[in-house]
Amino acid sequence: MTTKVDARGLSCPQPVMLAQQAIQDGKFPIEVLVDTVTARENVRRMAEYRGCKVEIMPVNDEFQLKLTK
Amino acid sequence: MSERFTRFFASRWGIILAGATIGLLGPLLQKWGNPANMGICVACFERDIAGALGLHRAAAVQYIRPEIIGMVLGSTAAALLFREFKARTGSAPIVRFMLGFFAMIGALAFLGCPWRANLRLAGGDLNAITGLLGLAAGIAGGVLFLKSGYTLGRSSKTYPVVGWILPGIMLALLLLLIFRPQFSQGGPIFFSQSGPGSLAAPLLISLGAGLLIGFLAQRTRFCTMGAVRDVILMRDFHLLSGVAALLVVAFITNLALGQFKLGFEAQPVAHSSHLWNFLGMALSGLAFALAGGCPGRQLFLSGEGDGDSAVFVIGMVVGAGFAHNFSLAGKPDALAEGVLTVGGLTNAGMAAVIIGLAVCVLLGLAMREQKA
Repeated sequence: MTTKVDARGLSCPQPVMLAQQAIQDGKFPIEVLVDTVTARENVRRMAEYRGCKVEIMPVNDEFQLKLTK
Repeated sequence: MSERFTRFFASRWGIILAGATIGLLGPLLQKWGNPANMGICVACFERDIAGALGLHRAAAVQYIRPEIIGMVLGSTAAALLFREFKARTGSAPIVRFMLGFFAMIGALAFLGCPWRANLRLAGGDLNAITGLLGLAAGIAGGVLFLKSGYTLGRSSKTYPVVGWILPGIMLALLLLLIFRPQFSQGGPIFFSQSGPGSLAAPLLISLGAGLLIGFLAQRTRFCTMGAVRDVILMRDFHLLSGVAALLVVAFITNLALGQFKLGFEAQPVAHSSHLWNFLGMALSGLAFALAGGCPGRQLFLSGEGDGDSAVFVIGMVVGAGFAHNFSLAGKPDALAEGVLTVGGLTNAGMAAVIIGLAVCVLLGLAMREQKA
């Protein structure tokens, strides 16, 4: 069962907080949707730091990050 | 190739490069003519712009600061070059205006934004310590609200032209600065003849420094508020390493240039009224945390198309107008014939800081999403 996190349009640090919460809940894989490169890089850094594997896919002009353990 | 640059700028070394560049340019800009310990100050310089436009009439602080123009346009250039320019708006604009307004009231109570607080400390002004402690306290308060579900809500994508409004205003300010038109007898544009507003590095140098900072900060997401917030919220020291680089490099540069002077009293454009240094910066820190970025970061976000950050910037400029028209800004310490007069706030200034704190706390409490 995939956990979906829609963090589009949210200001710092909310995308990272939402993704972090999902990681703590532990239901992998986690799909995080973001709309800026800032949020993409922030979520990627936090997830990698917490030992996740991060796959980034551009979706139109937004990004989907797939986090797996 | 572009992706490799993006990775570098997003790395630890990228943010350190940005902080170190700001730390070098601050004291150098002072050497080249900017006011003491004010090589770069986002709040002070926006206040000077408000003065130049006649939004306040404090004659000593009126100048269209090219650094601010450069910081926005440098960010725009970086965002366009790396295809990150994205017009977006609609996330609680009026709230951001209020947060910008009170962030400025707090910053002018202390006499500086977080950028200048660091440059002041790097110049030996120990009052910056109380200011920075206040800043951290305010940000910690903001983190509590964030943890309990505070949100400004989502922005949405909009027409590109919307993202160009603040960069466009900056271009207009640049024209006003270059041509210096006078719109009426004794009217704006005002340029200070004495005081901090009259002290300025040459236009092209200031503009160039601003552009470079804007470019680097857009790439690295340099943020003096986020630096503290991320440490408190998730023990993430990434942004803090940038601010630490700023502080260390500015300190060394000040020593090398002979601009370091240690002490509390009669520091340049500063007061030693400790409680209000602390509370002023606490107000700023809380407002920045609730708005998602320090005043510099708000400029850079505006540059890459964020219309909500642009509203925050306008809120700060209007706040500066009120701060000086209503005598809310801190009065610097004065040293005349060996007699020290400690500066600080008027009663109205103290009231404004307290009201600002109350408004920010109210917004922080009232704008919480119910957790599912």
